[in-house]
Amino acid sequence: MRVTIDQDMCIASGLCVIVAEGIFGQRDEDGVAVPLDPNPSDEHADAVREAVELCPARAIAVAESDVAGERA
Amino acid sequence: MIDSRAAAPAPADVPEYPMSRAAGCPFDPSPELRELAATTPVTRVRIWNGSTPWLISRHEDVRRLLKDSRVSASTDHPNYPFSAPSMFMANLGFLTMDDPEHTRQRRFVTRPFAIKRVEAMRPAIRQIVDDVIDEMLAGPNPVDLVKAMAYPVPARVICALLGVPYADDDFLCDRVEVMVDPASTGEVSKAARKELIAYLEQVVADKRTDPGDDLLSDLANEHVAAGTLSAHEAAILGLLLVIAGHETTANMITLGTLVLLEHPDQLAILRDTDDPTLIAGAVEELLRYLSVPQSGRRRVALADIEVGGVHIRAGEGLIFASDLANRDESVYDDPDRLDLRRPANRHAAFGGGPHQCLGQPLARVELQVFYPALFRRIPTLRRAAELDQIPFKQPGESIYGVNALPVTW
Repeated sequence: MRVTIDQDMCIASGLCVIVAEGIFGQRDEDGVAVPLDPNPSDEHADAVREAVELCPARAIAVAESDVAGERA
Repeated sequence: MIDSRAAAPAPADVPEYPMSRAAGCPFDPSPELRELAATTPVTRVRIWNGSTPWLISRHEDVRRLLKDSRVSASTDHPNYPFSAPSMFMANLGFLTMDDPEHTRQRRFVTRPFAIKRVEAMRPAIRQIVDDVIDEMLAGPNPVDLVKAMAYPVPARVICALLGVPYADDDFLCDRVEVMVDPASTGEVSKAARKELIAYLEQVVADKRTDPGDDLLSDLANEHVAAGTLSAHEAAILGLLLVIAGHETTANMITLGTLVLLEHPDQLAILRDTDDPTLIAGAVEELLRYLSVPQSGRRRVALADIEVGGVHIRAGEGLIFASDLANRDESVYDDPDRLDLRRPANRHAAFGGGPHQCLGQPLARVELQVFYPALFRRIPTLRRAAELDQIPFKQPGESIYGVNALPVTW
């Protein structure tokens, strides 16, 4: 999967960092999210999807490379 | 702006909101309200000023619509459903702005709430909690836990973060209380707000010449100095943090302590574990179960919106009931059971959407440190009054909690 962050929309809640540490980080100056691993392996897929769901600003987008593994 | 009341007159039998909780069930939302929400998850309610905003109570609707850009947090709309006559929410900085200005303003204060920064504060928070416990143990027994711990812990944390002397906290607490009191008139509330802003403007000015390692110093010397933020705007940002940093966490501390004392099996989970994941999950469940921001999230529809088979018109007021959403049985099995081991992290206690609570990482760490420390260090802690003698807050107050909690050990 490929992860992108719309930094204009991000409100720096940090929820993505809590649920998917190592995939998401935060900028030092204002806490806006940064991708640490834009192409996370499958083992992180659930955590990344949870980050998408939790993101209050709808700032995270995921492009699935392997739709077979995707949950309904 | 469209005045929807003219377009769609509300029937006379619209139920009053908020509604009282049931006697003997102080931790549960009003049963009448839940019944209403169960049959009509999007329903009109009549509030203090006679207006009839929509109450939205399903977990899914609350989470989805709070993220929807057709929903505005601006108090300038004529139908904005203020929670009380004091209308203390009026023009309260980024809290009542829409994007893009909301995010621009919010980012002036997001840095100290980044996860790493808050984690770095954990030892200092642990020290504050230990100091407050030491002070309580050295004082009278029984004691009021609200005064002895619930206010001092978050107040010391937020004062340090902002760079406000803790000696001034009584003044800040007192004025905030007047400002947000549902019994305050608009004038009284505004006067308290003015005093708070004047005080914070002075602090910001002082930080220009005498900076510290704190948020108001950063605002003064990075942003006010550069002209990207006025001293008045900086003071309003400080005011938001002062308001949000006191009441909310303080009431989670008291109400959480009380509900755990009522559920000894659950209390034991928090007391007996060193597992940070279990402690973090337990705090999420307490946030869900107690949902202290009982007045919900107030908004206005910017466009016509279909939700739950109801057609909401542009300009109409909206109340998102996070307390009802957090007891939605389609999301949480047996939602009225306090279960510290359940996955509760999609709760709406911090609101949702771009306005979701700025201080949530800090609140989490404070609560994660507080509860285990309290019950480990004072294992004999118990209520010193019958449950029905404890003064719970009234339905009209923004944040639920208790006004006093006598405890002994």
